[in-house]
Amino acid sequence: MSAEPPLLLMRGIVKQFPGVRALDGVDLEVRRGEVHCLLGQNGAGKSTLIKILSGAHQPDEGVIALGGEEVRLTGPTAAIRLGISTIYQELDLVDGLSVAENVFLGHERARLGFVRQGEANRATRDLLTRLGHPEIRPSTEVGRLSPAAKQVVSMARALSHDTRLIIMDEPSAALAHDEVANLFRIVRELTSRGVAVVYISHRLEEIREIGDRVTVLKDGRTAAVGLPAKSTPTSEIVSLMTGRTVEYVFPPRRPRPATGSEVLRVTGLTVPGVVEDVSFTIGAGEIVGLAGLVGSGRSEIIEAVYGARRASGEVVLEGRPMGRGRTAGRGGTAAAVRLGMGLAPEERKAQALLLDQSVAHNITLAGLGRYSRFGWLDRRRESAEARELVETLDIRPGDPDRPIKTLSGGNQQKAVLARWLVGERRLLLLDEPTRGVDVGARAELYAVIRRLADEGIGVLLVSSEVPEVLGLADRVLVVREGRIIHRADAQDLDEHRVLDMIMEGSAL
Amino acid sequence: MTDARGPKAHERSPADGTPPAAGEPHGGEARTGEAQTAGRTAAGAKAPVRGSSGPAGLARLGEARHLGLVLALVLLAAIGLVTRPENFATASNLVSILSLAATIGVITVGMTFVIIGGGIDLSVGAIMALASVWATTLATQSYGPFVMILCAVLVGTGAGLVNGFLISYGRMVPFIATLAMLVAARGLAQRMSDRKTQLIQQGNEVIVELSTTRVLGLPLLVYVFALVVAAGWVVLNRTTFGRRTYAVGGNPEAARLAGIDVRRHTMLLYALSGLCCGIAAVLIMARTTTGSSTHGDLYELDAIAAVIIGGTLLTGGRGSIIGSILGLLIFTLITNLFILNGLNTSDQLIAKGLIIIVAVLLQRRSLESRT
Repeated sequence: MSAEPPLLLMRGIVKQFPGVRALDGVDLEVRRGEVHCLLGQNGAGKSTLIKILSGAHQPDEGVIALGGEEVRLTGPTAAIRLGISTIYQELDLVDGLSVAENVFLGHERARLGFVRQGEANRATRDLLTRLGHPEIRPSTEVGRLSPAAKQVVSMARALSHDTRLIIMDEPSAALAHDEVANLFRIVRELTSRGVAVVYISHRLEEIREIGDRVTVLKDGRTAAVGLPAKSTPTSEIVSLMTGRTVEYVFPPRRPRPATGSEVLRVTGLTVPGVVEDVSFTIGAGEIVGLAGLVGSGRSEIIEAVYGARRASGEVVLEGRPMGRGRTAGRGGTAAAVRLGMGLAPEERKAQALLLDQSVAHNITLAGLGRYSRFGWLDRRRESAEARELVETLDIRPGDPDRPIKTLSGGNQQKAVLARWLVGERRLLLLDEPTRGVDVGARAELYAVIRRLADEGIGVLLVSSEVPEVLGLADRVLVVREGRIIHRADAQDLDEHRVLDMIMEGSAL
Repeated sequence: MTDARGPKAHERSPADGTPPAAGEPHGGEARTGEAQTAGRTAAGAKAPVRGSSGPAGLARLGEARHLGLVLALVLLAAIGLVTRPENFATASNLVSILSLAATIGVITVGMTFVIIGGGIDLSVGAIMALASVWATTLATQSYGPFVMILCAVLVGTGAGLVNGFLISYGRMVPFIATLAMLVAARGLAQRMSDRKTQLIQQGNEVIVELSTTRVLGLPLLVYVFALVVAAGWVVLNRTTFGRRTYAVGGNPEAARLAGIDVRRHTMLLYALSGLCCGIAAVLIMARTTTGSSTHGDLYELDAIAAVIIGGTLLTGGRGSIIGSILGLLIFTLITNLFILNGLNTSDQLIAKGLIIIVAVLLQRRSLESRT
């Protein structure tokens, strides 16, 4: 190591959340002017680490030093003041304000409360020129810019502070191919001025191209520190990320009958720009896993099948077409539910739960028609069925009248599954069903999902965690950039190989 | 094909009959909050506390969480008794309070649905005025009182449907769509009536009898009001429509993904509000014997205020009919007290404004203490 102290040094960082130890002793060392890549599977602790660096979370243990001096990042403002800027995946720009106003948001160039717009525009133009984008006008409204241009504005904002370290969380996820080249040019320009970049990406080819060193996280621990980004073999990196130490307990698969009936047939499903000509089938009692990165189009596939997103192509549920051409026609999700589909969406709180309401009301939401006659609710039956489902799925605490927001993530997820056990289901679409769920509850959820399949329901499972897809699914579809690039029985795949495919798309 | 729960569903007998929690759980803290304010009042105010927290039946109806509001009402009544002992507790005064409350009360029921469903309806007063004018044109009146009533109800519902259509399928912000309706409906009412007050003609007095005929000492229109409240309560608490209203307002995305047709539901909510305005138009025609484009001026504000005071969240997903009605009665009682005591109407407005602020502050505190 050089004599100069590293720009950033993190030692033994521990962060505990209720039920989960997200970080369990992470080390990170970033030098001036380098691009330091952070790699790890979902749940390895990358996001938590970023949040600690940006001041959003406080570590429970561990030391953070900037330029050799120990610091405490007590909040986002403190982090910015110390020269750490974060560019999130979902850019936090205000669409209605101009480029310059966004760049100086929160630290406006002002005198006596009056914004000095001319000065801000000039300073913004300088920053944009420095970033190689003099064509973006400071007075343009941000909402009218392309995603790539917005990202440049985000970086200009980071630079408008006296920044020494920029954290980029999957910056290329929203960019087209040629825009990525531009992004790299900017990153190089930054590092040549001594700014360090912590670069998070799942795409190994990018890391090879732009990265200097790599730190690999696994299960909240550092698996490797400061590997050379260009020369470390892919196999070594992948094997550092795989083989999780936490063992999940997967229920045993049942041998599938050779002539199981077909529940779902999807043909030529296309969502412009996101999903390209995807076709697959799901048999009765079969769990099909979609393995892919965030942004690979896997959630969009699920939403299009469910009628929650416009798409072209054909979706046939048990021989009945769900609307030709545009699958998400006027019937939309209501038709999908009526015909026997159910969805456990990715964002549990935002997309699935009625947080103010009881567990029982959340469970019965989609099946109210079953307890009603001419719209009149039979509350006794509703309550009885909710209670029974709470018991069947062992939702704890076992009180259906409790507000759902007081339950743990795993139990909330069980309630979302229970919602689809009301009435007859033929197909369940599960988008990241174990996100934010602790290890014990995961095993229970796996058992529930397998049991549903054994009862004849078809299941489409999306998960960022490759071991989960491999352990739970019967068949696996590997998705990359909106296409299915590989199909195989889960037993014929291993984690290493799948991870290799979804990150590089090379193994075919 | 397969019932996911398997045969077990039928083995277990229906549950022990414990009723599920009613939709909105935040009344408890509001009660303690307001109980402190009310603690300084006369001892007489405490009696009904013991009374209504006692029987489990009342608590099951969800009354318990409105104790704060009931206390406030009792407090106001006590003030009335102390300041105007000879006028306040008379039958005629109580009748006039209830008659006054009936018109806005019916509107408030519809407003409660709309707000719980995540929207707002600014056009209620104007729609009511339009319905009253349309129902009292000479042409309509020539068909007799029942056609007049039908006309008022249809005009109200129709205007509500237009609101709902613009909001759900035209993707307009509720505030803007109903603001446009407010202006336009009032304009149309002025045009139809030529800005003149239209009297109910001879032969159509059946409508006026709603306010003159009394049963058990109360005019019929108070019973209409009670009926609308009861129907609203039943729909909100005992039907799938009501349950879905909470879902659509609380988390529209979750409702959509659970297979609820959120757009159609939203449209129906505004139609329901319009229907209530139509009924309210009949009541105001009965009370004033006229239809006029000036009826219901600023009713939207009183109705929204009543709903807010009643503990319904302006962001949707939480609230109750009973709360709204109690909020409305509080408002009406204040007006009454000010009139009885010959006080300035300006001070009355100030008092009402303060009440809204206090109610919302107390509710927020109870919300925060719960999370």
